Amino acid sequence: MVDINKVEQLTKQAKQVRTTLLHMIHMAKSGHPGGSLSATDIVTALYFDEMNIDPKNPKWDERDRFVLSKGHVCPVLYSCLGLKGYFDIKVLDTLRQYGSILQGHPDMKRCPGVDISTGSLGQGLSTAVGMALRAKRDHMSYRVFCLVGDGECNEGQIWEATATAFKYGLDNLVFFVDNNDLQNDGCCQDIMPTGDLAKKFDAFGCDTYSIDGHDMAQIVETLDMIRNKKDQKPKCIVCSTIKGKGVSFMENVAEWHGMAPDVEQCAHAIKDVEEGF
Amino acid sequence: MDYKNKGLSTREAYGEEILKLGMENSNIYVIDCDLGKSCKTVGFSKQLPNQHINVGIAEQNACGVGAGLATCGKIPFVTTYAVFGSMRMAEQIRQEVCYPKLNVKIACSHGGLTPANDGASHQGIEDMGILRTLPNMTIIMGCDYYSTKKLVRAAALYDGPVYIRFTRDAVPFIYDEGEEFEIGKAKMLRQGDEISIIANGDIMCVALEAADILAEKGVKARVIDMHTIKPLDKEVVLKAIYETGKIITVEDHNIINGLGSAVSEVVAETGKGIVRRIGIQDQFGESAPYKKLLELNGITVQNIVNTAEELLK
Repeated sequence: MVDINKVEQLTKQAKQVRTTLLHMIHMAKSGHPGGSLSATDIVTALYFDEMNIDPKNPKWDERDRFVLSKGHVCPVLYSCLGLKGYFDIKVLDTLRQYGSILQGHPDMKRCPGVDISTGSLGQGLSTAVGMALRAKRDHMSYRVFCLVGDGECNEGQIWEATATAFKYGLDNLVFFVDNNDLQNDGCCQDIMPTGDLAKKFDAFGCDTYSIDGHDMAQIVETLDMIRNKKDQKPKCIVCSTIKGKGVSFMENVAEWHGMAPDVEQCAHAIKDVEEGF
Repeated sequence: MDYKNKGLSTREAYGEEILKLGMENSNIYVIDCDLGKSCKTVGFSKQLPNQHINVGIAEQNACGVGAGLATCGKIPFVTTYAVFGSMRMAEQIRQEVCYPKLNVKIACSHGGLTPANDGASHQGIEDMGILRTLPNMTIIMGCDYYSTKKLVRAAALYDGPVYIRFTRDAVPFIYDEGEEFEIGKAKMLRQGDEISIIANGDIMCVALEAADILAEKGVKARVIDMHTIKPLDKEVVLKAIYETGKIITVEDHNIINGLGSAVSEVVAETGKGIVRRIGIQDQFGESAPYKKLLELNGITVQNIVNTAEELLK
C-alpha cells in the first residue's frame, strides 16, 4: 500500500522545488526550465524520501548517489540540494554567476552534493554504472540513481552503459528516463524518433517500468516495489512527463527548453505552480 | 646504456606492472575494451577478476565507468589502443575525467607507427597532441621496458588523469632495471654541449644511435629522454637551449602538437637558439614495415645526423 501521507507531503514538496527553480532561472536570466519542471517530481521523490543521504556529510561513502545525466536541468538538482541544506539557500540566487558553486551544468568539485560533473549528454549513465559496480565489488549496500532524458537516448553511449549494467547484474542501479517527448530542436518524433523506450530498455535486460512521471503515488509505489529487489537486473523507470509541467504557458512548448522567464512570466509561472491552472 | 639489443615491447611492461600494482592495491582496476589480449591485461583479468571489467567494444562507456569508479576511490586504468583511447573517447576524457580531475588513467598500446602492418586506422599518431590540449592531463611515453614499468607505477601513484602510451612491438632495453623515474622529470642519456637531441618513446634508440655516430665524428650531442610531454620538463629544455643553442626533437607522433611542439613552445618564448623537429610529416601511414614508415617520415638515424651537421655548420 502506498503511504498517502508521504505522497501528499512529496507533492507539496515538489511545488516548492518548482517555484524555487523557476525563481533561480529567472534570477540567472538563463537556464533550462522545461526539462527541470518535467523532472521535478522524480528528483523530489529521490531527495526528499528515497535516497539514503546526509546533507551534512555529502561525501559519506555509504550514501546513495544521484547522477543527473541530463545535466542541463541542474536547477531542479540545485533546488533540492539547497532545500535539503547542502548549502545556504541564498546561494540559489547565484546560479550561472561568476564564482558561483552553481555552474551552468553541475560541477562536483564546486557544489557539495553533486556526485559527478555532467553536462555533455549521454555520459552520465556510464558513470552511474561505475559507481554501482563499485558497490557490488566492495559489498556495499548503497544504490545509484540516475536521470536520463529521452532526447539523450539518441546518444549511443546510453546503450553501451545499459549493456554493461546488465552484464554486471547491477540491480543497485535505478535509472529514470524523463520521457517528455521534446528535445532541443523540437519533438523527439521529428528530430529522432525514440520508439518504445520501455521495450528497448527491457530488451537490453533491464527490469523496466512505465509510469506517469508526475503522479507522485506511482513514483513512490514503483520505488517501494524495486527497493529490495535483488534480481541482478538494472532498474529502468520510463516516466511519461510533460516538459514545463506545472506552468500553463511552458507545458509542451519546446521554446522553454532553454529560456529564462522574465519578471512577469516568473510571477505568472509561480502562481500557476502554487494555485494550479 | 646500450640500445643495440632486441628488447621487449612496452605493452608487455604495462601488463606485468599493472598486475603487480593490482596485487599490491585492490583499488587498482583495469577496464578493458575487448583488447585485453593485445594490451597484455589478460594476466590481470585472470588473477584479479574482482578488479577487472571488460565493457566490450565501447570505449566511450569505458571512460565513463572509469570516472564513476574513480569518484568512489578506485584507480581505474582504461585500456585500449592509442587511436581509440585518445580520439574515440576524447570528449568523455575531457568531461568526466579532466574537468573533475578524477583519478583515471588511460593506458594505450599501439602508439605511433608501431602497429605498422595494421595500417593507418590503427596507427595512433595524433593521440598525445590531442590529449595534451586538455587541462589537468598528464601525457607519458616510456622509451623501453624498464622505464615504462616505473612510469606505469608513477602514474598509479599520482592522483589525477594520465594518458600513458605503449608500443606494440619490441623496443631495445635502454635503462637498467633499477633506474628510477619521476613524472615530468626528463632523463639525460648522453652528456654534450654542442647540440641537444630530445626524443621519447620507441624513437629513443634512433636518437641514441645518431648521437653515437655524431660522437664518432667528434660532435658531442646531448640526448634527453622526454618521457613526459605534459607537464614538460621546461628546466631541462631551457638548459639545453642556453647551453647548446640547438635542439633537434625526434618523435613517433605527428609533427603537430607532440614533443617537438611542446619543446618549441618553451624555446620560442626565450627568443634564443633554434629547434628542428623530426616526426611524422602530418600524413597518415599505411601498411608497411615499421622501419619503412619511419623512413617515409625522415625519422632515421641518418636524418638526425644530417640535421645536426647542418645546424652545426
